[in-house]
Amino acid sequence: MITVINYGAGNLPNVVRAFEHLGAAIEVTDDAAVVSTASAVVLPGVGATRDTMESLAQLGMTEVLPQVIASGRPFLGICVGMQVLCGESEEFGLHPCLDVLAGTVRRLPGGQKVPHIGWNQLHYQEQTRDHPLFAEIPNQSEFYFVHSYYCDVADPSLVAGTTDYGMAFPAW
Amino acid sequence: MLTRRIIPCLDVKAGRVVKGISFINHRDAGDPVALASAYNEAGADELVFYDITASSDERNIMVEVVERTARQVFIPLTVGGGLRTTDDMYRMLRAGADKVSINTAAVLNPQLITDGARRFGSQCIVLSIDARRMADSADDSPRWEVFTHTGGTPRSTGLEAISWAQRGVELGAGEIVINSMDSDGQQSGYDLELLRTMSRAVAVPLIASGGAGSPEDMYRGLAEGEADAVLAATIFHFGTYTIAQVKAYLAEQGVPVRQTV
Repeated sequence: MITVINYGAGNLPNVVRAFEHLGAAIEVTDDAAVVSTASAVVLPGVGATRDTMESLAQLGMTEVLPQVIASGRPFLGICVGMQVLCGESEEFGLHPCLDVLAGTVRRLPGGQKVPHIGWNQLHYQEQTRDHPLFAEIPNQSEFYFVHSYYCDVADPSLVAGTTDYGMAFPAW
Repeated sequence: MLTRRIIPCLDVKAGRVVKGISFINHRDAGDPVALASAYNEAGADELVFYDITASSDERNIMVEVVERTARQVFIPLTVGGGLRTTDDMYRMLRAGADKVSINTAAVLNPQLITDGARRFGSQCIVLSIDARRMADSADDSPRWEVFTHTGGTPRSTGLEAISWAQRGVELGAGEIVINSMDSDGQQSGYDLELLRTMSRAVAVPLIASGGAGSPEDMYRGLAEGEADAVLAATIFHFGTYTIAQVKAYLAEQGVPVRQTV
């Protein structure tokens, strides 16, 4: 059973539909107690880190999520659901995030169109080729991006894949 | 490298696609879900639904269309037409749209751009602009005026298109669609001067609309017009060219595109 967190994120129905399409068993919850005992957790997301952190805090998720991740259970953060893993974010003023991953959420470099919108290639890092998440996804596959911020991760060995847009940024 | 996007656009009225579509004979050519699915398979990078219905009853039908489409089609979907409040936007996003597009409502109430961006993020809010060359503007420094209600009788706004787009971005729009009313339906190419001027004036992605009649027109829109994506209806709906043909042509010219078929 995969537990998908409902904290009001706009793309929740699309994440649910994607899992349904794959035939995966899921439950959707806004209950931190349910998340704390879940066997696998997905944190979807669209929008800004500040709003996301506020919504997660209201539901008591900011204490539970780091514990779930520290326990080694599978966790997938999508879009801003990944970004909030960082220590802090510069979006709409510097503010703390979940601090599971040392790093800062920063704005993409200027001199190009921002947001970065469209299909762009994912480049795997050498160390993550054998991760089960990428078993059926060939290197250089194209994914649809739509974002203005990225995770500036302190330890590059933790990054599974990068994408180029004015710089190579962590995309997985 | 970020690829340039090819975006078919479908006009939907009361749950049915209205412009005649002939590129797929074996399917229900009026069913937006079947068409969205066909365009997805054909390699479209994104889809746009314009809801041209007038009544709120029919708007509910559109919500249902978006929901059914989102279950089958996993490329991004933008929905526009008749969205006047952030609650209107929310219904479409909740139904499965990835972005919402606003046009007339934004001119009448620019605050809607900001409210939408605050609630859903700028990346969700597409500002669509219909513009016509001003008759009195000089050939060497043309100016374009924004019109609203272009689905019916176009209304002049007195707004200059480039500065309106810049204001829209300041207010929170994450993307601009610029539709040339002079070129629309002519199939003789986009208004390249309008595109280039607009692309250089705004820091967000620009989608070209209105006038594409061939893959070469699309190439010029991207290369000379400096657009980030091209939107088209007629050229694809009537099967004049397939998306694969357009992408093959663009790739030959050195334009990065997502190869799917």
